Amino acid sequence: MSYLSVILALSFVLVAVVISVRENLELEKDLMIGTFRAFVQLIAIGFILKFIFEMEKWPYIVVMIGFMVLAAARNAEKRGQGVKNVFPMLLLAISMGEILTMGMMLGLKIIPFQAQYVIPISGMIIGNGMVASALTLNRVKAEIESRREEILVLLGLGATARQASSSTLQASLKSALIPTVDSLKTVGIVQLPGMMTGLIIGGVSPLVAVKYQLVVMLMITSTVSITAMIVAYFAYSKFFTERHQLI
Amino acid sequence: MQAKFLLEKVGYEVEASGTQGRQRILSDVGITIPAGQIFTITGPSGSGKSSLLYLLNLLRDPTTGVIFLDGQNMAEMNVLEVRRKVGIVFQKPFMFKGSVRENLLLGPKLKGSESRYSPEDLLEMMGLEREMARKEAILLSGGEQQRVSLARALANEPDVLLLDEVTSALDADSACSVEKLVKALCEEKGITVVWVTHDMEQLMRVGDNSLLLIDGRVAFTGTSDEFKHQYFPSKREMNTELFTDGRL
Repeated sequence: MSYLSVILALSFVLVAVVISVRENLELEKDLMIGTFRAFVQLIAIGFILKFIFEMEKWPYIVVMIGFMVLAAARNAEKRGQGVKNVFPMLLLAISMGEILTMGMMLGLKIIPFQAQYVIPISGMIIGNGMVASALTLNRVKAEIESRREEILVLLGLGATARQASSSTLQASLKSALIPTVDSLKTVGIVQLPGMMTGLIIGGVSPLVAVKYQLVVMLMITSTVSITAMIVAYFAYSKFFTERHQLI
Repeated sequence: MQAKFLLEKVGYEVEASGTQGRQRILSDVGITIPAGQIFTITGPSGSGKSSLLYLLNLLRDPTTGVIFLDGQNMAEMNVLEVRRKVGIVFQKPFMFKGSVRENLLLGPKLKGSESRYSPEDLLEMMGLEREMARKEAILLSGGEQQRVSLARALANEPDVLLLDEVTSALDADSACSVEKLVKALCEEKGITVVWVTHDMEQLMRVGDNSLLLIDGRVAFTGTSDEFKHQYFPSKREMNTELFTDGRL
């Protein structure tokens, strides 16, 4: 693919701009800024990845992953306004998702410890962890707000904060896991996932691409479960005092 | 007269929403709640009645002052044990999904023990049919749900029952039967009842001693008869006008 083709692809954005103008959505400015940022960010990351792949040294890989975790936690933090110490909690949850899932992949020798495998797959783990933690955080807040009456009745009966939040935790974890479970059910029927599509376009046999895609999807299921559970358990506790009182 | 609760200079503040400051809900409340009696708390809306109940159940802690329960400083007591000993029933009955039986077993299940009373016994105590245990709790009428809420609190075998306007959403007949039940519980089982009510006639009917709160401060405390002589000297009808007709 030539650079000219990429530039010509900008015309696709023009379609969205025309719709925005026609329907008075006032999204033209955001579309332009978004497109510009996508260009700059992707070109920058392209150069950074090229550099890291050529160096092939573990400290670069670790720094890169650290940066991705920080950016993901910062982004998910916006969903947790009003929750105390939300940033360290997100940092821990997303890091744990990455460490455990990547640890399993490396430990089971599913992928080798090479930048070209570890960094893109970490990107998928961290990205999914970010979405799962934002969804969980949002849901914990909303559930506690809507279940105040139920929680007070349970506390009044002598429940601990954990017992009184049991329904909240269940609903929040479910809401984080459902999109992953749904995509497991529909993959290959409704959609061909990004990684598989990329490999096929890159000339890899569809059967090999399927193997990678299966590993990635199972890995995402593990990441989402780990991250959502850590976020849910930390987040609910921020709504209670040490004396099991709802704040 | 043995004190169940003793409150010394109790104050309670909360973060005021939308501003930086704090809002004072209760100030300098000093009262004694006798054991084994019905103690009523009344006052206009926003006078701090429900907040006071929350302090007695440790759903909130006082900002200043001390509350003693059976002579022990509540700040030093195990919160969960206090809540099992001091049951609370809220204004609006809340039923959990599942049968009445499941609702009634909830309190003992939370502490991992069994109640002395079976769900059927509790229903009978509340003047309800034993067969009701099998029914879906959320399908009961408001009056039945409130009686099941009382029964659910009793399953923990509490020494104290805190009632937060428990009859305000009920019709006159249901309210009357709840009053009778609570009075019987107090007399037969020696349970101390702290009852928040807006209804002056109810206060006179059920209360041995009463507290009137105005703007979070004690405006009156004494027997219900003394309350009646002070605020209703003539035989005029007693109703919530007390809080709106300029006498307070």
